Amino acid sequence: MNGPHDLGGQMGFGPIAPEQNEPYFHAEWEKRALGITLSCGAFGAWNIDESRHARENIPPASYLGASYYEIWIRAVDMLLERHGFATAEELRIGHSLEQGRVPKRVLKAEMVDGVLAKGGPCDRPVDTAPLFAVGDHVRTKNFNPTSHTTLPRYARAKTGVVDAVQGSFVFPDDNAHGRGENPQWVYTVVFDSAEIWGEGADPSLTVSIDAWESYLERV
Amino acid sequence: MSHGHSHADDNHHHGNHYSDMQARVKALETLLTEKGLIDPAAIDRIVETYETKVGPRNGAQVVAKAWSDSHFADWLRRDATAAIASLGFTGRQGEHMRAVFNTPETHNLVVCTLCSCYPWAVLGLPPVWYKAPAYRSRAVIDPRGVLAEFGLTLPQETRIRVWDSTAELRYLVIPERPAGSEDMDEAALADLVSRDAMIGTALAKAPPEATL
Repeated sequence: MNGPHDLGGQMGFGPIAPEQNEPYFHAEWEKRALGITLSCGAFGAWNIDESRHARENIPPASYLGASYYEIWIRAVDMLLERHGFATAEELRIGHSLEQGRVPKRVLKAEMVDGVLAKGGPCDRPVDTAPLFAVGDHVRTKNFNPTSHTTLPRYARAKTGVVDAVQGSFVFPDDNAHGRGENPQWVYTVVFDSAEIWGEGADPSLTVSIDAWESYLERV
Repeated sequence: MSHGHSHADDNHHHGNHYSDMQARVKALETLLTEKGLIDPAAIDRIVETYETKVGPRNGAQVVAKAWSDSHFADWLRRDATAAIASLGFTGRQGEHMRAVFNTPETHNLVVCTLCSCYPWAVLGLPPVWYKAPAYRSRAVIDPRGVLAEFGLTLPQETRIRVWDSTAELRYLVIPERPAGSEDMDEAALADLVSRDAMIGTALAKAPPEATL
């Protein structure tokens, strides 16, 4: 979707203002927000692509005004309600009113080290050979889906060169919507800045994205 | 939209809560604990992990070893996930690693324009600026302007390669080994490698004795 999250090339956000000796967390609630987000993800009720899509669905004015942990919490609220773990009223008042859905797994303290160390690998075998090879010229798709995609707007309908064949991975555009993992080959595609940004582009710049095979066509 | 959830309703119901995140998150943790959906001690453990165990010192060890051991550097180029795992750094947001090496000709810079993808296993949790719109919007169109804000001005002839982490690959920049560090061991070398140098918004630091 063309949501507020798709920020590449937008302007007007001001200085980056890196903070010297930045602490890991700026408030106690950020620690809890991290832990709640990971704990709820461990239910196994939704996947990381659905989480990302929930974040993209935050209305633009809220998204752009929120810190990242706030974005996470807003998305967790949406997901808890969507998947029947909590009602809107329970989320509003912060107390349990009824027995909701029971998850497959509740993350207990003694499970944390193992779960974090394992992570969530999303490479999957496919039974087709890659369509493209390093050095091939490819053009990215032009589309504007209302659903999840990881092809950013700035890199649509652009011609680049395959820089690496990275393996085959779960396809987020399907996985975010419960349509299955449907793995595809992923390629690193590199673009000259002039192809993306046109007039006035920095000639010393190249930009790459990692693109699923169905985003690409041969030129 | 495929799901019938009204976001206007979200704002209506929760708007006042989001204005006070401390209260909002406390209420959510209370609710989830009452429902038996979370274990507050698990949250403590997650926080402790990222405050004390998983952070940019991990990545700095990877870089120092790559500088010191050409076989390891080659392995990192070929299979960064395995090479990094050999040092004990694995897991969440480090499942599929790629190492990109700066050279005298090319400087690498990593961003996630769509969200906040970041190699947690080697760098820990991302800094606020990495997740914020200013960096995510500008890194791909004006990297020199971005680097200048970090105090880094590269020669005009240096090529800049920006890696937008749009899939599940997580990128670690291997900065160039600084001059004057030839006699340093891995532990001392790791001290020259900042988090920002491994994102690409800084270079490795000069060795202390080399600063004039």
